[in-house]
Amino acid sequence: MDVAPIVEVLGAHLRFTGDVALDDVDFRMFPGEVHSLMGENGAGKSTLIKAMTGALRLDAGTMRLDGKVVSFSGPAAALHAGISTVYQEVDLLPNLSVAENIMLGREPRRFGHIDWALMRSEAVKALAVMGIDVDPRSPLSSHSLATQQLVAIARAISRDVRVLILDEPTSSLDQDEVSELFRIIRELKARGVAILFVSHFLEQVYEICDRITVLRNGKLIGEYKTTEMLRIDLVQKMLGSDSANLTVIEAREQSPAGPGGRKAVVAARGLGRRGATLPTDLDIFEGELLGVAGLLGSGRSELARLLSGVDISDTGVLTVHGRRRHFRQPRQALREGIAYSTESRKVEGIVAELSVRENITLALQADRGWIRRIPRARQDELSVSWIEALDIRPADAERRAGVLSGGNQQKVLLARLLALAPRVLILDEPTRGIDIGAKVEIQRLIGDLAANGMSVVFISAELEEVLRVGHRILVLRDREIVAVLDPDAVTFEMLLAIVAKADGDD
Amino acid sequence: MTSWLKNLMKKRIMWPVGALVVLILVNVLYRPSFLKITVLDGRFYGSLMDILRNSAPLMLVSLGMCLVIATRGIDLSVGSQMAISGAVALTIISHSPTPNSLATVLGAIGVGVLITLLFGIWNGFLVALLGIQPIIATLVLWLAGRGIALLITGGFITTINSAPYKTIAQGNVLGFPVEFLIGLAAIIVVVLLVRRTALGVLTEAIGINPAASRLAGVRSRGIIWSLYGLSGLLAGVAGILYSSNIMAADSNAAGNGIELDAILAVVLGGTSLAGGKFTLGGTVVGVFIIQTLASTVTFLGVPSANVSVFKAAVVIVVVVSQAPMVRNWFGRQFRSSKTASPTATPVAMERTAA
Repeated sequence: MDVAPIVEVLGAHLRFTGDVALDDVDFRMFPGEVHSLMGENGAGKSTLIKAMTGALRLDAGTMRLDGKVVSFSGPAAALHAGISTVYQEVDLLPNLSVAENIMLGREPRRFGHIDWALMRSEAVKALAVMGIDVDPRSPLSSHSLATQQLVAIARAISRDVRVLILDEPTSSLDQDEVSELFRIIRELKARGVAILFVSHFLEQVYEICDRITVLRNGKLIGEYKTTEMLRIDLVQKMLGSDSANLTVIEAREQSPAGPGGRKAVVAARGLGRRGATLPTDLDIFEGELLGVAGLLGSGRSELARLLSGVDISDTGVLTVHGRRRHFRQPRQALREGIAYSTESRKVEGIVAELSVRENITLALQADRGWIRRIPRARQDELSVSWIEALDIRPADAERRAGVLSGGNQQKVLLARLLALAPRVLILDEPTRGIDIGAKVEIQRLIGDLAANGMSVVFISAELEEVLRVGHRILVLRDREIVAVLDPDAVTFEMLLAIVAKADGDD
Repeated sequence: MTSWLKNLMKKRIMWPVGALVVLILVNVLYRPSFLKITVLDGRFYGSLMDILRNSAPLMLVSLGMCLVIATRGIDLSVGSQMAISGAVALTIISHSPTPNSLATVLGAIGVGVLITLLFGIWNGFLVALLGIQPIIATLVLWLAGRGIALLITGGFITTINSAPYKTIAQGNVLGFPVEFLIGLAAIIVVVLLVRRTALGVLTEAIGINPAASRLAGVRSRGIIWSLYGLSGLLAGVAGILYSSNIMAADSNAAGNGIELDAILAVVLGGTSLAGGKFTLGGTVVGVFIIQTLASTVTFLGVPSANVSVFKAAVVIVVVVSQAPMVRNWFGRQFRSSKTASPTATPVAMERTAA
């Protein structure tokens, strides 16, 4: 290739306490090209973007801009160098006017005062480029989320931008707004701007992007030309199929294939929530291991959150042990024996500043109420036995849970829920971002639990894993269940095809 | 450096305790009699006894404040609530035909404290149920509370003559001032309430990570609600102490500005305003620092116009010495050069990572 990359990241390496977020990642962007960064949750997309925009500092690795090594002290420095970013969550000031938002930080001045007239006309110019017609004096909060998103983009491109980073810009836009955005992206592309377009909508990626870089678990999988990459191959690269650990797990026990005479513990009929899950029918049987497969954005977590009372359903009926239930709080689901383990350990799982012991006993204590404190001796006994059973390391119950590695934090979370002796355990990506050893242990543990009569719902982005662990496999796409499969009757390739919806395009 | 000293340095509470010790040493330097306690008529006298006695109202208020802050909240209304309980109690006693009967006094105190408990529950309702920001929710009563108190007393400073009521702040039991004993009792009761039950750990869980607590089934709403109630109750008792001290219900002066002193005591004691982990022990030390400071200022004869400047100087020193940057710097000075490099990723990055 004769064109030199405008941005080049080499050997990027970054760790957060315990977890590797980026591991020797190379990445480059060319002028006049739209590049997509693909990967599941925790692949390292956001981390890489933050490193490129100066919001995070790399532990190792270099970044070049126009061939010169740069190191940004902060987002302002990156902005100054011509790298503009529009984040997924609109990071504007809702109580200021549209014009003020667009010109924020570089308000035109005259005699030391802000030149409001010039500011408005500049803002109008920026909005005109985007083809949006709003009053620059109106407060930003008076507009829809989509308009706010477009204003954020107008703000980003109204500067002298050379590299534009769009982190899931389309997640709140409708079809027309998306095509409007794509028109603008093509214009910028023609002007020689390098654009990074992050989205989990494959269709959009294939429509607009020239080049794709795939990350998985913080590692670079590869850089590909969009035209040379089949959709199904892309999905496979994103989800991975490391057969390395295949041999470690013994063959799944022969269990009664069909749920046959078993009772449904949980039954959902038309259960749904506007904007998250389409009305869904689902049965979870006693002692079964239900694998759930689906891409990011397929609604896999949303369904789990409905079943466990984290989110409130607005349609349909949920019955637990034959009784109708409408959960408004996770507490109510826990009372019924339905426990949910979140996919975002750090944000809503671990209570980082409390000890491992306090984390393990938290749900049990909450269940008993604040007055009846679990006696300290019992707490010690409980935490020690769970630390031993799950092999949590370091085996120190008084250690702050926040300093443990991802895999061990996951085990602490599991222990917290298992201490409740739930009847249904819903695990949302319990093996994400943890090392292979811990992964295999957790998979094995899940198998044991189901063998002892617990129903386990196992959500994972790794199809191999779902296929290997599950007794039945549920496939979600576009917020609904599209298939229920017998793992013995499907191959990895078949499952991949259903998940990626390979029919009808390519 | 020996390991026990290192361990001591790591304990957060050592910083406020150190500040208190320094403050006491300064006092001893200037007035050797500072630590002296004399016994007269079977009662203890001395500067230290005065500090212990006078710290009681702030102690009560700060204990409640500490727990509210641990939930990521704040209670600005405590001073106004003190005015309310004093006004209620004294109005009842002054209208009673038997102001000197123990039953009247106990009844008056009961009603006064019950009313602030209800006001505390009102605060909790605004914060926990309606989801109003704590600083705004409690600002309502901060503003309205003194007005309510003035309404109760009819706009006057109600004064009373009641021997049992006077005993609360000015009496002695076993040689100790009753006021001090009430403060001590409050510490014991609150510590037992928080640490012998699971209230403390659940409160910390809510303060550290509300989302995780919800998923674990913690009844955050109920806990936050009751802690505002507790804060109101403690402020009510503090208001009784204050009014007993002057035997008057001065709705404008009672607990004026005490909410800020209480916040300061909590922070000086090492509890973060961001919520989460809290230390009642640290808060108690924080209260003593503030009270000792007040005593020092009076003794050194600092002109009243300069008192706040003097206080500010001490506060700055204590607060700055607790800042993470300064603490880390101190830590590095004490550590050997081999282990000097701290972890490469600061906490801030962990938060932004998500």
